[in-house]
Order: sequence, then structure tokens, then C-alpha cells
Amino acid sequence: MTTGKVKGIISNLVTVGVDGPVSQNEICYITIGKVRLMAEVLKVNRDNVFVQVFESTRGLRVGDTVEFTGHMLEVTLGPGMLSRNYDGLQNDLDKMEGVFLRRGESNFPLDEERLWDFKPLAKAGDKVEAASWLGEVEENFQPHRIMVPFVMEGTYTVKSVVAAGKYKIKDTIAVITDAEGIDHEINMIQKWPVKKAINVHVEKPRPFRLLETGVRIIDTANPIVEGGTGFIPGPFGTGKTVLQHAISKQADADIVIMAACGERANEVVEIFVEFPELVDPHTGRKLMERTIIIANTSNMPVAAREASVYTAMTIAEYYRAMGLKVLLMADSTSRWAQALREMSNRMEELPGQDAFPMDLSAIIGAFYSRAGFVYLKNGQTGSITFIGTVSPAGGNLKEPVTEGTKKAARCFYALEQSRADRKRYPAVNPIDSYSKYIEYPEFEEYIRTKIEGDWIGKVTRMKTILQRGKEVQEQINILGDDGVPVDYHVTFWKSEVIDFVILQQDAFDKIDAVCPLERQEYMLNLVMDICERQYHFDNFNDVMEYFKRLINVCRQMNYSEFKSEKFETYRKQIDDMLAETK
Amino acid sequence: MTKAFQKIYTEITAITKATCSLHASGIGNEELATVDGKLAQVVRIIGDEVTLQVFEGTEGIPTNAEVVFLGKAPSLKVSDQLAGRFFNALGFPIDGGPEIEGEEIEIGGPSVNPVRRKQPSELIATGIAGIDLNNTLVSGQKIPFFADPDQPYNQVMANVALRAQADKIILGGMGLTNDDYLYFKNVFSNAGVLDRIVSFVNTTENPPVERLLIPDMALTAAEYFAVQKNEKVLVLLTDMTLYADALAIVSNRMDQIPSKDSMPGSLYSDLAKIYEKAVQFPAGGSITIIAVTTLSGGDITHAIPDNTGYITEGQLFLRRDSDVGKVIIDPFRSLSRLKQLAQGKKTREDHPQVMNAAVRLFADASNARTKLENGFDLTNYDERCLKFAHDYSDKILAIDVNINTTEMLDTTWNLFHTYFKPEEVNIKQELVEKYWK
Repeated sequence: MTTGKVKGIISNLVTVGVDGPVSQNEICYITIGKVRLMAEVLKVNRDNVFVQVFESTRGLRVGDTVEFTGHMLEVTLGPGMLSRNYDGLQNDLDKMEGVFLRRGESNFPLDEERLWDFKPLAKAGDKVEAASWLGEVEENFQPHRIMVPFVMEGTYTVKSVVAAGKYKIKDTIAVITDAEGIDHEINMIQKWPVKKAINVHVEKPRPFRLLETGVRIIDTANPIVEGGTGFIPGPFGTGKTVLQHAISKQADADIVIMAACGERANEVVEIFVEFPELVDPHTGRKLMERTIIIANTSNMPVAAREASVYTAMTIAEYYRAMGLKVLLMADSTSRWAQALREMSNRMEELPGQDAFPMDLSAIIGAFYSRAGFVYLKNGQTGSITFIGTVSPAGGNLKEPVTEGTKKAARCFYALEQSRADRKRYPAVNPIDSYSKYIEYPEFEEYIRTKIEGDWIGKVTRMKTILQRGKEVQEQINILGDDGVPVDYHVTFWKSEVIDFVILQQDAFDKIDAVCPLERQEYMLNLVMDICERQYHFDNFNDVMEYFKRLINVCRQMNYSEFKSEKFETYRKQIDDMLAETK
Repeated sequence: MTKAFQKIYTEITAITKATCSLHASGIGNEELATVDGKLAQVVRIIGDEVTLQVFEGTEGIPTNAEVVFLGKAPSLKVSDQLAGRFFNALGFPIDGGPEIEGEEIEIGGPSVNPVRRKQPSELIATGIAGIDLNNTLVSGQKIPFFADPDQPYNQVMANVALRAQADKIILGGMGLTNDDYLYFKNVFSNAGVLDRIVSFVNTTENPPVERLLIPDMALTAAEYFAVQKNEKVLVLLTDMTLYADALAIVSNRMDQIPSKDSMPGSLYSDLAKIYEKAVQFPAGGSITIIAVTTLSGGDITHAIPDNTGYITEGQLFLRRDSDVGKVIIDPFRSLSRLKQLAQGKKTREDHPQVMNAAVRLFADASNARTKLENGFDLTNYDERCLKFAHDYSDKILAIDVNINTTEMLDTTWNLFHTYFKPEEVNIKQELVEKYWK
């Protein structure tokens, strides 16, 4: 292997003189005392190799030795990743000793001793290729397929598969023979370089199946689909993290991977504390059982921050190849972009807008394109739904990360300062936000199998009322309450009903936090029934007073158990109030 | 500080306003050195050319100045002797007292493993209702005041520090005016709490680049008390804007490409490294950070407050309310992200809903005020909102309030009852039935 010596140090960018070949993005280790620091090749200029060190370079000296590994940054994939808390380089944080992270500490991300209940899926004589399922083990009550490693090219013939029984991850579970007659032993683990997409599917159609999140402003107004992409930009304090946590808790996914990328450590702690206790509303099991956390919080090394989102995506692709529904959340992609900016800056590259690297938009686009809904070679389906948050500098949505992401993601959930200030949570702007999926005929066809009637038509009419309400509100602000016809107030208050009852949702209330699709259908029907009626009032005060009462009762419904006695009592009150106006 | 075997360099090849460079070998990154007796730190090594950042500035440094490398990163001696003492940014006493004896620890040490953190949940009661009721703080939190330079943030912060029952209060003063430095010193000594205070102070009279050491010094001392003594430590950092300005000066001298508002591209990471030292340790100790970020004309989109906002767990805004003539904690723009960890859990069950309802009504009042200013008639509801807002500002939001949270809640219910009907308040029925009086 190639070795080298440190020639220069600027923060975590180190110049290395080398004695042999190196490749771009190759991983190397720099020895400093007893510690080995991991680093990645970023640029090669004759004999000078520029590497970014994933940890602090304090105390590093010119002349310190560097060993190259011959491979890019890889993750180790195999059963036992669920419920774990990894850092950005896939070290298991729970295995590390002590309260503080020690520089250069690394460990094996899986459990080598644990026995897994293996069931063969392939048999001798089967033709297989990369990602073919050879067998499965049960990981936290979900099938974890043991696949032909993704790096293996061409077709193979299965020579043998072990009988059902208990095996460790490093035990050989199958032998496959290649075209030249050479045998390959397969165990339960494989490695994959994180910056390369795993492409083992036959087809990647437009996604169309609704991914239920239990959040009304998403599911009803701007639905995301299995294999879809979305992003949540918002100034600080507008509830990005709360919304993201709500989605990750409630989404109807098999696997949830959360990449905490350069964000607050206490937010990750919240997940550590809550997820082992909270119950997955779809399966009744603990949320942590389906979750993997990749934590590179803002105080952890910056260079590893960039790696962390790729680590998370690669693990997601691995589970997708097993035919599972994966939800990947990254909070926040802006921090990742900033890590890119810091390195690009140190390498003295010519800067693009706001000093970000010129290819930022392309990098973001390439990353989002790794999500998607796929048909696997065996006819099964799998998906990665990716939702990233963006933290626009100064809350300005015209900055490069937001703009780059807008080109790549299909759903846009714009969090708005003024809604947050008025405590209208989730503070998603109902008019600017969109989901492109709602326009897909495939989606409309699919949703008809879930909800009767013209759901999309209803949602569109709801949005029209909101739009109209906003226009009327502006007119009232200019002309005054009595400067406009009473009807205008009715229109405005109809939009307020939608806002308060459908769009706003209390993420901290046990019942209101999760709104299943059936309940969303019920509430939208109720609200549209209210909004599509004619009302006659003598003056605007009566309008306000009437609708405020109506909203109050509707909200009490949101706080009550669906179709419980209390719920029905409130419903009755609403029906009575509606009858009053006839 | 020179030891016998240390090699002394005397040939400086380049000098800028903040850095100087020389040829030297065997030097570690981030190592300390003295240049002409002034403390400096290695910031760049290219081959045998080493660049040093001179904290005091390079004024008067000759090209033949004596450069001695100390073989260690900046460090602080920690022990119980720190309590009650005042230090400069380099960790030397400025109160005339003796040097500290104790273990020497490198500042800017490693981060806490996130899985070893405990979730913050202990209420920090300040008596200020604008904080305790609307923006409840918990130990292990980090939160800044966003304030214009003319606002009384140092006074409020000193009050909070005294009322919060912390075992140690560590003051990190960056670019503090001498008057403010003396103010803190007086307040703490008058309150008889000097033995609980450790101060690291860089005043406007000291060189700006030295400020860069203050937060790490303060937090290293904080970690000593929180980790080794399991104490509850409150760290006050004022003013972080001046810290960031110093970062910009250095990065500019190092020829780095500036990003937004001339700030270095690494501003977010630099600030996060400081603020993320706030932590609740499993053994009971904690570090809570209350900082000040001064704004220019209330502009929070500037890179410093903007990046800070993304790092800290909320922010507190001060505003002068002309209605009652008092400084209040602005309920719209202030936010404590960890409030739900204490509200309704460590305080009465109705806390979250009462808080939200009151803020909503306060918002209605501000709409009514706009209407009034635009010359429109007010509805009866508008008028009641305005009266409510006046009382709410006076009895709850003003910074001179000092009551416990139960009293805050009772006061607010009382205001609801005085001005509104239950259905206008929009609170869960069960709570209304229990507390509406």
C-alpha cells in the first residue's frame, strides 16, 4: 500500500507527500502518537495529496506518517444495524467508552457474536447476481434479506446454501460459483463505498403510493409518496425539527433512518430518549426498533458531517434492495453544504455564490436522485423517501442551498416566520408549499383506492378557499372591517376554519399529533361541508363570533379520540350550529 | 516561560496585523508559542513554514524577535481555587491574586458523545415571567439574548444568573466595556456570591484577537466543575458578536474567502463548538449557557445572529413596550426550544396551553393596534384584547417581574377571566373547567 508523510497543515486540510499511487476519495490514516486519524483524499497535485482529516488535527506535525488503504469511504452492511446510533463514519456511539468522544476512536458497527435465525431463500442451482436474495434473518421483527454482495458483477450459480439455523454474521451462509467455475463464500455482511449509489433495481418508475405521515398539512394538502423527495426550508424557530420528528415518528415506513447532520446534540438526545418509548402507530412496536440514527451533531468533526449523509443514504439503499419501505430524514442539508464550503475554501477553489462550491447544485441533485421507488429484479418493490431540511441563511429562500434543493426535490414545505410567530403550527405556508405528486395521474389513481370520491378535487377546492381567504384578508386590512361586504368576512373566516382545523396541528398533544388518513378524510369532509355552505349574517361581528365558536368546537374534536363519545358530542354541536344558520 | 532545552528562533519571514511566519521544524498544529514575549498559536504549517496567530496583535514585533514554541495547545489550570477569581483571556489572574494550582487541561477539548448526554429537564426558575412562563429554560440548555447594544441585557443576565440556583457561575466577557465589567463585579459581590463566580474577561481595552480564547477558557473551567464536581454550572457569554468579529479579523488576515456578511465560512461550526458544550451530564452535573448576541438595528438576518439561531436552543428578545413604558421579553420573537421539557411537567399541567393562548391574544391585540393606527374602528373584542395586552405586558412580560410559575399561571387565568369568554381563549375544555375563575 502507498504511504506518505505530512507536508503541511491548515486546520483539517493536510498536504501529504506520497511514495506511490493514490486515488481520488481514497481513505488514509495519519498516525499521531498512538492515535490514527481517518482522512479522505480530496485533491491530488503531482506528489502533493490533499486530504481532509475527519477529526481535529491538533498536535499534528510535518513528517508524521500516512498510510493509504486503497479504498474509498465504506460502510459495513449486515443485520443488526437497526436501533443503533452511529456517528457519521458508522462507528457505534454506544460502544465508545467514556462521556467524551476520543479522537481516532473507531469500532466495528455490527455485533459479531450475535446469532441470527437464518432461513434460506435460494437453493443450489439457482442463478443469482448482485443483490439476489440468498436467505433472510429476522431483524427487529422485519425480514432482513441476505443478498449477494452488490460489488459482485455478472451471474453466479448457487452451489450451496446452509440449512435454516442460527449463524453469526461472519459465518458463511452460501457458496456461489462464477462463470469461470470459481467458488465465492458469502456471509451476512458486505461493504459498499458511500459515495456510489447502489443500483440493483430493474426500474425506477415515478412514485405514486401515498406515504402516510399523520400530519394533515402534508397528507391532505401536499402529500408525499413512497420513494418521493421533499424538503423543509425554514428560518430558525419555525419548527423544522418538530415537524421532522413528527414525520419520522408517524410515517408509515418499515425503516426510518435519521441523519442528524450538523444540528443540535440535544435534539438527537430527544430521539434517544423518546424513540425507545414511543410506539409505531402502524405496527404497535417501539419506534426505536425500526430506526437507525446517524448522529454527526454540530460539535462533531465537520468533515465527517459530509460523510454522514452519504452513510445514511447508503444504508437506506441497502434496506431498499431488500424490498423495504425506507424513510430517510436529513437535518439539515445546509450544514452538509457548509461543510463542503469550508473544505472548498481551504483548498482555495474559486467560490460560487455565497462562497459555496460551484458544483453545489449538482451535488445536491445527485444526492436527492438516490432516493426513489424501485422494482427489484425479483419483482418486489422497495423505496427510499427522502426528506431533507434546509436552514436558509437569514431565512432567505433565494440562497444557493434552497435553490439547489428546489430543483431536486418534488415536495416543498415552506416554513414561514410569520405563521410561527402567530403560533400557527406546523408553520407550513399553505399557499407557497406544494407537492408535485398530487398532479401525477398515477397518484390520483392510487388515492382512489384509499379514499372514495373526488379527493383531489376536494383538496384543490380547499386550497382555492385558502387563497381566496388570503386575498380577502388583505382587502380587509386595507379597507377596514366595515369597508367590505359582510360576505367577504364569511370568505375570510371559511379560510380560517381550514387553517385552524386542518392545517394547524398540535404536535405535543397525544391525540392531535397523529391524524390517520381515515380521520383526515372525515375532518376534510366536515370542514368542506362547513365551507361550501351559504351563510347570512347582518354584520361582521356576528360572522367572527359564529366562526370562532365553530372553530373552537372543531378543535375540541381534534383533541378527542376519533369517534369517541366526546368526539360525537362535539360533532353534534357543530351540526346544531350549522342548522342554526339555515 | 522559556525552558533550557527549547530551541529559540529569531528569524521571522512575514508579519501581518495578526500573524507572523517563520521557518521551523517539528512543530505541532495548534501549538502555542511566544513571539517577542507575546502569546501566539500555530494556525498553518506548510513544509517548514509555520504561521502563528499572535493574540495581542503584532504591533512592534521585529523580524528578529525571539520565537519560542511551548509544545502544548492553549490550556488552563483547573482546581477549586478557580472559584471567586478573575482572569484574562490567557488564563492569567487579573485580580492581583496568586496563580492557580491544579491540573493543566487543554482548552477546546473533545465533545460529549451524544449517547452519553442526558435530556435536559430541570427547570431553571428566573422569576421573570417573560422567561419562565413563555420561554421556560432548563439546565443544559444554551440560549442567547438577541439585543440591540442599548438594551439592558447585561443587567437581565446578571439577574438571571443570581436567581437561577447554580452552583457555579462562569462569566466569559468578550469586549466588555470596563463599566460593564465593574457592574458584573459589583452585582456579584453585593449579592455575596463571589465565591461561586469565576470570570474570564477581555475588555475593550484588551486586544480583540485574545477574545477568541475566552469561551474555551470559560467552558474548560465549566467542564471541570460539571464533570469532576457534578455541579450545576451556568456560563454567561457576553458578547458573542464581538467574538465572531474577532474570528472574521483572523480569517481575513489568513486570506480566507469570506462568506455572508464578511464572516468566515466556518462561522457556524466555530459557534457550534462553543454552544454545544452546554450539556446535562448523566452524573448530575450540567452546563447551561446564556449568551448575548448584539444585533445591529434588530437585524436577525445578519450572519452572526442567524447562525447563532440555528445553533442555540431558542433566543430571547428584549423590547421596550411603549404601552407600559417597561422593557419586556418579546413574546413573539423569543423562543425556548426546550420549554416543553419542563412546561406542564415540572410546572402545572395548564402551563403550555395558557402560554399559547395568552400569546395568541397578545397577537390579536397587536392586530387591533394596527387597525387603530390605520384609523379603523375597533370591535369590542379588539378593545378587550388591547386592555388585556396592557395588563399582560405589565404583570407578566416586564423584566421587573419576580414571581413563581404558579403565580404566573394564576395571574394569566385571572386576565383571561377579566377580559374574555372561555370560547375566545381556545383552551382545552378540561382545563377551562378547572382553572377558569
